[in-house]
Amino acid sequence: MEQKHKISIKIAGAAGQGVESGGQGLTKALKRGGLNVFGVSDYMSLIKGGHNFYQITVCDEQVHTFTEKYHIVVCFDHQNVQENIVHCNELHPGGFFIVDDAVTLKPELEQAVQANQAILCRMPLARLATEIGGSKIMMNTVALGGVAGLLKLPFEVLDNVVRENFAKKSQELADKNSQVVKSGYEWAQANFGTQFKFDLKYPQAAEAIKGHLLINGNDAIAFGSYAAGCRFVSAYPMTPGTSVFEWFTKQNKQIGAVTKHTEDEIAAVCMAIGAAQVGVRSMTSTSGGGFCLMVEALGLAGMTEVGVVVVNAMRGGPSTGLPTRTEQADLLFAIHASHGEFPRIVLTPGTIEQCYEAGVKAHNMAEKYQTPVIILTDQLLAAEFRNTDPASFPLPTIDRGKLLTTEQLESLETYRRYEFSADGISPRALQGHPKAVFAPATDEHDETGHITEDAENRIKMMDKRMQKLEGARAEISGPDFFGPENADLTLLVWGSTYGAAREAVEEHNASGKASKINLLHFYELWPFPIEATMKQIKKCKFTFNLEQNYTAQFAKLLRMETGLEPNQTFCKYDGRPIMAEEILEQVEKIFSQKLVTA
Amino acid sequence: MVITADKQQVTAKDYKSEQKSTWCAGCGDFGILSAVQTALVNAGVAPWQVLLVAGIGCGSKLPDYINASGYMTLHGRGVTIASGAHLANTDLLVIAITGDGDGFGIGVGHAIHNMRRNMDIVHLLENNEVYGLTKGQYSPTSKRGFKTSTSPEGAIEFAVNPAALAITSGATLVARSYSGDPKHAAQMIQLGMEHKGYALIEILQTCPTYNKIQNNEWYKANSYKIEEELPNYDARDLSQAFNLCISDDSRYPLGVIYVNNERPTYAEQVPALQDNPKALVNHSLVLNESTMDKLKSVYV
Repeated sequence: MEQKHKISIKIAGAAGQGVESGGQGLTKALKRGGLNVFGVSDYMSLIKGGHNFYQITVCDEQVHTFTEKYHIVVCFDHQNVQENIVHCNELHPGGFFIVDDAVTLKPELEQAVQANQAILCRMPLARLATEIGGSKIMMNTVALGGVAGLLKLPFEVLDNVVRENFAKKSQELADKNSQVVKSGYEWAQANFGTQFKFDLKYPQAAEAIKGHLLINGNDAIAFGSYAAGCRFVSAYPMTPGTSVFEWFTKQNKQIGAVTKHTEDEIAAVCMAIGAAQVGVRSMTSTSGGGFCLMVEALGLAGMTEVGVVVVNAMRGGPSTGLPTRTEQADLLFAIHASHGEFPRIVLTPGTIEQCYEAGVKAHNMAEKYQTPVIILTDQLLAAEFRNTDPASFPLPTIDRGKLLTTEQLESLETYRRYEFSADGISPRALQGHPKAVFAPATDEHDETGHITEDAENRIKMMDKRMQKLEGARAEISGPDFFGPENADLTLLVWGSTYGAAREAVEEHNASGKASKINLLHFYELWPFPIEATMKQIKKCKFTFNLEQNYTAQFAKLLRMETGLEPNQTFCKYDGRPIMAEEILEQVEKIFSQKLVTA
Repeated sequence: MVITADKQQVTAKDYKSEQKSTWCAGCGDFGILSAVQTALVNAGVAPWQVLLVAGIGCGSKLPDYINASGYMTLHGRGVTIASGAHLANTDLLVIAITGDGDGFGIGVGHAIHNMRRNMDIVHLLENNEVYGLTKGQYSPTSKRGFKTSTSPEGAIEFAVNPAALAITSGATLVARSYSGDPKHAAQMIQLGMEHKGYALIEILQTCPTYNKIQNNEWYKANSYKIEEELPNYDARDLSQAFNLCISDDSRYPLGVIYVNNERPTYAEQVPALQDNPKALVNHSLVLNESTMDKLKSVYV
């Protein structure tokens, strides 16, 4: 295996300076240029100011995460330039540190650039923006042009993206920005073109990649949900769960979906449950704090057997925690949330494709098993953009399970909502039909839905509800495997850590080392896929579990469900994603300590 | 809601349930149950056309004791679940049933927000000014000084005034009756059912076990019918309505306190419900390839 040909770019600036829009524009342009891309923003919990950045990795092969080191760092704002020497230390030798030429740099900063054998590129960002565009605000567009110029991205491709983005606002703005981006592009090529030594190998399959979708995890979840028939979404804004909701709100009329921004998360989940109870596929999206508020209602859905989908995009907790940062610390909570016992399904997608699939599967399983389904994603996956084959977003099959048709319902002598059955699933009729007159209770109830405290009925009802878990378990996927068979070490990851682990596996095995590593990725975790997991893990020589929380929640879950224990665990809880470089370092440590030998 | 379906030939028998109630003898809930049945029969609504969404409390067991579609949910959340069900199936006559603690204590936020949305539901408030099912604690509508296990020296707080709150929050029908007069209560409930928009129907209710002072005699002495005592009262006038709610007269005015037939309902304004005359539950779930391609095209 050959090492990948990767170039990494970081765009830094204050909130409100167009870091994210500029970053996304560049990512899109690079993708349209035929390159594989991965883009993700890193932002603070504020509206203006602060220090935000957008990270892009471009590659001739599929790329799964971003990197710790960069070939180009662009800093828009003077304050950030001065205060963030750290960015200089993130540069590869020969990398470019692009700043506005009007900034007087602190000597330490210049020294840091030199010490990293990087090149200081003083670009007239403000001057070109003002002279050509008439406003300093277009600095980011100049910088964009500069970066694209260094990367030798065909100018028309970039120009089209810039024009498209600004044409939404006005034609004049589109023209101005087009001129501005051109000035940056030409300036960089004329002044620094020959000094930039990193070439991008344009792949053969450029045409295919041009048609790829540049989509993030939350949009993919929303898209999958909608494609699977979700037509009611009620939510209360909470980062990073909001964008799932906003996918629906921004086009609610066109797509025919009812969206409701509610007064709080309790109302959000309850409205969705109300809608689901009468037969509409429904969901809500939130983050940990909001999910906490939804917990009682989760039990309502479990007890009255209503399929509702809840997306929890995890962020650093507890409480307000790290609002714009990532964590995987809600796993055990999601599996156990709410008092008492009832079946639930927890999906933990780790890739954009899996996000789409989870959206589809969640709604199908919610209705089939008549019980709540939780999609656990996180801030990283929610916000990461990666070029994705449109074929991985297929028109889904909609499985409504034992939902009775009008004819079936009418042919029945009497209908009982909670009729006992071998698989625990009762045929479901929707209220609003003369044969379907019933009133489910959150109290323990009999087959008709009426309240009863009868002990024998209680046992049968509990058994019935919990039995559904076994049917669901058979549909839950075991871990995905990647890498060579019989590797010396196997990474165990779940959710969004897949990207970094995948890159680490590729890089380690391409590095010429004697040892080989592979990975198991868990993306559907409840009901736990016991058999598939045991089968896979028993084949492993040495398991190395990595997760983004303090208490190694996956390792606990694994032990609880299978009795197996990872050989080693690495936990990260600083709110920043686990990086491929970090994994490689940890793996190296394990081999050098001879915890396992190749 | 404006009941557009053909009037059904229904009788009280259609709503009769075999289920045995767990209410105390003499409980005001019996009167309310009978009033709900009468209102449904008089409105010509069949048991399958209605959805009685209850919270938790003595009165919230009502859907268990009537043969009609319903959903007995969580304490405080009935109104929001009812609103979700209503938006999903606007053909159903949705009635949220809450007690005073349920609707105006734990669930007051949902009540206010769905009032300002003018959600087209009936909110039937069974107000006995005490917590019954948890065995006699003071409620948000209990009068100051009311002594209970959790207010042994007497309640310190001011009581919530549901009608005044509803009027200022945007409910478009506010009416009051009392459980000792099921005929009047039925009239008010039926008005609520036939009203387009959020209808708060407050039924004052006796609790013979935990609110021994406010028995039927007490209510008779401490209430009056608006139409009898205030012949010139105009319920369409917001300021008159509000003044009536906060009047110095400690007696409860019964009847229609406020009505506004002008404001559109929430569902009428939901973009996704405007182009398709069918209730959301009857919309198609299935997309075609061209819609899929269109949705994908923004990401290319």
